[in-house]
Amino acid sequence: MSYFRAENLSLHFGGLKAVDAVSFAVEKGEILSIIGPNGAGKSSIFNLISRIYPPTSGRIFFEDQDITQQPAYDIAKLGIARTFQNIELFENATVLSNLLVGRHRHSTTRLWQELLFLPSVRAGEKAHRRRVEQVIEFLDLEPYRDKLISGLPYGVRKVIELARALCSEPKLILLDEPSSGLNVEETDDMSFWIRDMKSELGITVLMVEHDMTLVNRVSDRVIALNYGRVLAMGSPSEVQHHPDVVAAYLGA
Amino acid sequence: MRFLFKTDYEDDIRLFPHSGYVYSYGLLLAVLLIAPYVLSSYLMSQLVFVCIYATVGVGLMILTGFTGQASLGHAAFLAIGAYTAAYLQQFNVPFPVYFLAAGLLTGVVGALVGFPALRLQGIYLVIATISFAFIVEEIMARWESVTNGNEGMRVKAMQLLGTTVSRDGPTFYYLCLAVLVLTIVGTLNLLRSPTGRAFVAIRDSETAARSMGINVALYKVKSFAISAGITGFAGVLFAHKLSFISPEMFTLQLSIEFIIVILIGGTFSLHGAVLGAIFLVMIDPFLTYLKDDMPGVIAGAAATLGAGTERAGHIQDAVAAFASANGLKGAIYGVIIVVFVLFEPLGLYGRWLKIKLFFQLFPLYKRATFKRQKIYVKSERNR
Repeated sequence: MSYFRAENLSLHFGGLKAVDAVSFAVEKGEILSIIGPNGAGKSSIFNLISRIYPPTSGRIFFEDQDITQQPAYDIAKLGIARTFQNIELFENATVLSNLLVGRHRHSTTRLWQELLFLPSVRAGEKAHRRRVEQVIEFLDLEPYRDKLISGLPYGVRKVIELARALCSEPKLILLDEPSSGLNVEETDDMSFWIRDMKSELGITVLMVEHDMTLVNRVSDRVIALNYGRVLAMGSPSEVQHHPDVVAAYLGA
Repeated sequence: MRFLFKTDYEDDIRLFPHSGYVYSYGLLLAVLLIAPYVLSSYLMSQLVFVCIYATVGVGLMILTGFTGQASLGHAAFLAIGAYTAAYLQQFNVPFPVYFLAAGLLTGVVGALVGFPALRLQGIYLVIATISFAFIVEEIMARWESVTNGNEGMRVKAMQLLGTTVSRDGPTFYYLCLAVLVLTIVGTLNLLRSPTGRAFVAIRDSETAARSMGINVALYKVKSFAISAGITGFAGVLFAHKLSFISPEMFTLQLSIEFIIVILIGGTFSLHGAVLGAIFLVMIDPFLTYLKDDMPGVIAGAAATLGAGTERAGHIQDAVAAFASANGLKGAIYGVIIVVFVLFEPLGLYGRWLKIKLFFQLFPLYKRATFKRQKIYVKSERNR
């Protein structure tokens, strides 16, 4: 059985088939990229997995558990974290509290304990902070701890979003265009981090990406989509040379 | 300027970041403790109202400032707290019991209001909370067997530890102060733990909050319940302070006053609730002065400028008519809100931070330092 599996996943908006009977599987510990032209349904698949949209039909399995009907907030609790294409950070909070929100799924304290800030809450906060610091070190975010998000440049926000996802200690991470808006150097850093996430942290990565250099450098396998359907699946070079994929991109 | 060198995670957790805070807040507390022996009884009474309004302000701040859910129904929560106290008092229930009962009941009602509010945002939520306030006001007027209808209810003096606590005495003031301080400490505790961060997360991006594992609906209901509960506690004190409550005290205007408290104070910090409460309570004597003395002053000025006695008399009458016109108070509140939103969106506390930073950085202060934070008042942020 695969680690993560989507079976005949569909998302229809009226007559528009954003995602049309897509099936794929992600093996544990691999980096799988989804590519495709704009509007191919890549982000929609992510939104289906993180339950922002309910699927029209089809099922999603994670660790052999059907998660199609789980509420959105439970997806994170199962160990699936995500980033967003258009950065969704908590703008008027500091970097540190943004990252601590990533720890939410691990918090065990109850409301009344928090009101009194009992020693258990204090100990929990320190434990969360320790994990957050590890992620800060991993992604070189030390200079920004106490900065408000609203004052930070785009490139840094992108990394912070990744950091927030990592803080939840996910088993599977969904990266929605991790390199969009980043310059060449930042994209390089991103590709190292993505590989390190796999090799050092043992996280399975599912990502949507347009930058083929990045895709080629990090992916184990690639899926190409167009008009909500799978065109090709396989190693990066296989997919890139698949006639249907070439046709979809070049319009031939 | 002070530089903090953090050596322990504790440095980011503790309530007072450095000794300067301990001294300044300690001094403030000392001043507040000796206040009853120094200030006139009128000012003491105002100070009690400051405490009560600030408590409500902190409650509203949790909901509106930190969770991003606007409410124009907090007068109703205050009323529920006040009426619960007045009702239970008739059966000789001791103060601590009905105090807690009022807070709990209001919290439960707050949670019940929170459920339908889950699907509403922005202006629709405001309308829903207004309707809730009207419903409560109507119930207070009609449910005569419990609330005594429009006749209102008399609230007897508080009995605490076998003694009668006068609503004008220092003990009552200390009680209100203690409730305020405990509320603030509890809220600060909440804000530095997972629940508080979840509130802020919901305010800034519900989608991201959900994908981080936050049960948005549950936390919104929690926020409503906590906010309402705090307001309920304040309601008990409010009832005791006024010693008489009736439905027409808990109108929309009172809810708007609470919004003013946090808006004028600054919606991003608890300091704002206290500063806003001081502003609101102190503006009342100012308005009274305007009403009583302004006509005379203006007429006198007109007379000195050579307007003649008769014309000065006309002017006096005209100004007096204007100053005692119905709804003038509401209009002035409206103007204050507009002026603050336009020119000082960070409120009084924001202004205080700017002044502080000006002196800390002198002569290097840049106006642009606070520029980006202005984004905060963009309408979509209050959605």
